[in-house]
This record gives sequence, C-alpha cells and structure tokens, in this order.
Amino acid sequence: MKLRELAHSRTGDKGNTLNVSVICYDVRDYRHLLQHVTPERVKAHLSDVVRGEVTRYELPLIGAMNFVLKEALGGGVTRSLALDAHGKSLSSALMDLEVPVPDEVQQP
Amino acid sequence: MNTANSSRVVRLGAGAGYSGDRIDPAVELATHGALDYLVFECLAERTIALAQQARRQDPENGYDPLLEARMHAVLPIAKRNGVRIVSNMGAANPLAAARKTAAIARELGLGGLKIAAVTGDEVFDVVRGGDYRFEESGDAVAGFDERIVSANAYLGAAPIVAALQAGADVVLTGRAADPSLFTAPLIHEFGWAFDDWDRLGQATVVGHLMECAGQITGGYFADPGFKDVAGLARLGFPIGEVSADGSVVITKVAHAGGFVTAATCKEQLLYEIHDPSRYLQPDVVADFTQVRVVEEAKDRVRVTGGRGTPRTPTLKVSVAYVDGYIGEGQISYGGPGALARGRLALEIVRERLTMTGVDVSELRFDLIGVDSLYGSSLGGRSGEPYEVRARVAGRTTSKAEAIRVGNEVETLYTNGPAGGGGVTKSTREVVAVQSVLLPRDLVQPTFTIVEV
Repeated sequence: MKLRELAHSRTGDKGNTLNVSVICYDVRDYRHLLQHVTPERVKAHLSDVVRGEVTRYELPLIGAMNFVLKEALGGGVTRSLALDAHGKSLSSALMDLEVPVPDEVQQP
Repeated sequence: MNTANSSRVVRLGAGAGYSGDRIDPAVELATHGALDYLVFECLAERTIALAQQARRQDPENGYDPLLEARMHAVLPIAKRNGVRIVSNMGAANPLAAARKTAAIARELGLGGLKIAAVTGDEVFDVVRGGDYRFEESGDAVAGFDERIVSANAYLGAAPIVAALQAGADVVLTGRAADPSLFTAPLIHEFGWAFDDWDRLGQATVVGHLMECAGQITGGYFADPGFKDVAGLARLGFPIGEVSADGSVVITKVAHAGGFVTAATCKEQLLYEIHDPSRYLQPDVVADFTQVRVVEEAKDRVRVTGGRGTPRTPTLKVSVAYVDGYIGEGQISYGGPGALARGRLALEIVRERLTMTGVDVSELRFDLIGVDSLYGSSLGGRSGEPYEVRARVAGRTTSKAEAIRVGNEVETLYTNGPAGGGGVTKSTREVVAVQSVLLPRDLVQPTFTIVEV
C-alpha cells in the first residue's frame, strides 16, 4: 500500500536543507512505519532531488518521524533555479512510497 | 508585572503567517476572537533584504508593504476591543513603521495609543567590520563586501517584553525570531523568568505552532479524499489560549472555515524543524520530543510538554547579498506528441544558448508536468501527459545575459517545434541569504515609543 494511506506529511525549508515529516494517522502504526520508512528508503525514493545525507528523528509520543534532507534545494531557497525553490512539493512525492500493509495493530 | 493566578488564560491570535498573507482572517480574529494579543508574523528569510533595498530608495520606507492596509483594517477594532498588536512588520525600518502606524491612527481618529519600534537587530557594520565566515558555505563574509545588502540578528523576546512593560499597545520589530513575537506577550503577562528554560521551551512550542497562522487551522493541509477540510475558502486563523504553566489550547473562531485537529497541530509542530530535541532560538534551546497533542473537543487541541535547555552564547544573523540574476522562459505544448515536442524544444534552446555564447554559470531544463518537481526517476513513471510546459532557467552575472535566456525560449514560436504557445519570460535579481553566528554582546536591542 501507499504511505499516503497510513500517514500525512509537510515539508519545511531552511537554507539548502529540507525537513519532511511523516505523521501516522493512527499512532498504533508508528512501529510499523518506523521499520519501513527508513532514511535509506527516503533518500533512494527522492534521489533526483536530495544530494546530501538524510537523517531521521523519532517522535513516538505523537507517532511521527522527521526526516532532515541535506543539499536538497539546489543551493538554497534564495538562489535555486528550481521551479519549486522551497521544495514544498516533496512531501507529496514521499507519500507515494510503497509500504507493506500492517499485519495487525501494533502497540506504540 | 502581573501576578498570575493559576486559572488565568492569555489569548493570542495569529494575524498573518507571511508578508503577503490574507487580511480578512485577522479582522475576523480581532473582532470575534476575544483576544489579548494579535500577532502578525511577516518576515521571511529574504523579505528584510528586499525591504532594505526599498529603504535605500526612500528613507521613510523599508517596512512591510502591507503594513498600511493591515493597520487600516485592524487598528480601530484592536483599539475598541483592547487587543495589543505585536509584529515584525517593521522589517528594515521599524521606526518608520511606527511613525506610519501613528499617522494612520491619527487619520482614523484614534488617540491614546503607544506604538513601540524595536531596533538593534541591524548589525550590518558589525558583520562587515569583523572576521566572520558564513555557516553554510564557510566563505569569509569580508569577501562579499559591496554585495551585502543587509545583516540582521534574530532578536529574542526581551526588547518586546520591555516595550510591553512600558505600556506599548503596538510593538513593531525588525528581525526577531518568529516564535519570540508570541513568547514575549506570555513572558510579559505571566512574569516568566528568562532562565526558566522549560517554560521558555513550551512557550516556543506555542509560538512555533501559531507563527504560520492558517497552517494550523487547515491551511496547507487539504488532500481531497484523504484529508478534507471544510470551508477552506473562509479559512480562519488560530487562537492560542495559554495558561500560566505554558500549556496551550489551539482553537479558532467558531464560525471561521477550516478546523483544528491533532493532525493539523502535529504537521505544524514539525514544520521547518530539524533536530526536534534542539530547536535553536535566541532565548532557549527548545525540546519538542516530549510534546503531547490531545484533542479535547471539536476544534480544541491541547498541546503540552515542550521543554528547554539554556540558550547558546551566539545569535544567528541573516546576511543577504546580491548574487547575480536568473533568466527564465516557459512555453507549452499539447495534444499527441506533446512530450516529444517539449523535449525537442529544450534541446534546441540548450544548443542555441551554447551557439550564441550566452554567459551562464548554471542552467536548468524542466518539463513542467513531467519532471520539474522531482526529476526524471519519479516524474517518468506516469503515462504520456496531454500537455507539457517547457521551462529553461539560467544563472547569469548581468541582467542583459539573463534576458537572453528567456528570449531563446520565446523564439521557439517561429523557430521551434509545432504548436508551442503561451510563452512567458522573466528576469530577476537574486538576493541570496546565508547566516553568521554573532556573540550576543555585540547585539544591543532597544525600543522607542511613538505616542498618538
């Protein structure tokens, strides 16, 4: 299934770095998504846009992860040649990531 | 200083989330929000540099372009309802913004108003005269000398609190950390200490949730079929009901469009955050990792658990500098074969820019509708689009060269593939922004009051 069915997301920008949140609709899916939405997969999925390292921060209390993507804005919002200089549309593409259907409801 | 009793609540409203934001929701909040404070956050990374350029043209300009429209709309209501206003609409010229606001108040027949201008964020001379390097590129700032447009330190809440304590009804700042516009009224009302790190951390949560206005009430959220938002056209801006312990209930005017849910609050909580355990602010290093978000009722979400650790010894300074030009052109192709004709158009422009020796240091070729947002690996997945828009953008050192980029797209009309239409072309001067960390003692904020 698509990540879009289990989680929602928003992108923010600072300099040449982006952050993309992945927030579970149901906190009980958090462990499942933690297992399948890894920094490696995020970087591979967005490989044409993200040049630098991808770091994942975990927020189990709200059932969310925060991905920080370095060198993702073509030199930074203020000087990028990209149409979407802020990279704001990136969250929508991440929601297209394929993830397994959760077997059962897991406890966070 | 007020002595807070434990049940007291301070009501903050967010009247703008960026410089060009809608004004009607701010009017709605001032009228129906039963607010104590209405806060307008209007200063993006680059906005202050553009304002500085305006100030050079006219010494009485350099504040937010919508300041007059906002003050005309909101001042009479705020005065009537006893709502105090805090905003960074002072941009590159808070003193002129305060004088302008005073003039508008007089024009509207409003008296008995104290309007404060917070200054001291401008550190142009300090940065140019010192031995600093950009955090991002590592380059010496000195090497950018003549190209630097502005240098402004992110001020914390202290000068805003001082202005409020002096009785200001309106406080206008230049560069201040966005959350500080919200933490200042709370520190003033509840008398929190500037070394009460956990309280300042939670106050930062409040400010961070509210600073983008409609982004927490259902704006920037709707995704039909997955995340539907009712009444988005009439989107209301948020109200934060803050208690003396810093806990907040995010809500909105009942009849306003949009909604406040745990999901909207969580999306905004993580917006533009890197390490959530170390969100660097002028007054505190905030920690969001213990934050809890609970829906208490329809459109009422309680957010608690923000913490903090001591502030760092430096302040972040945004330095803006001119960085050449970007020239751009676009043209559309449609119907069967649209993709092939769009690709051919890009190849032609690439070759012609080389043939004619257009002086560009970087070029970008996109097919909007195919690969302009995510590149070819994700964009190439879908089937043949019925229309595409070819886009060429190039970086140049002069405006003349930038114009040539768009021209080579326009000439596709008569010299390119069949059926191209809807050409647009543009050039813009690039004002780039990098940051420098400055020792705190080199930044001396103060405030001036203009009375009406």
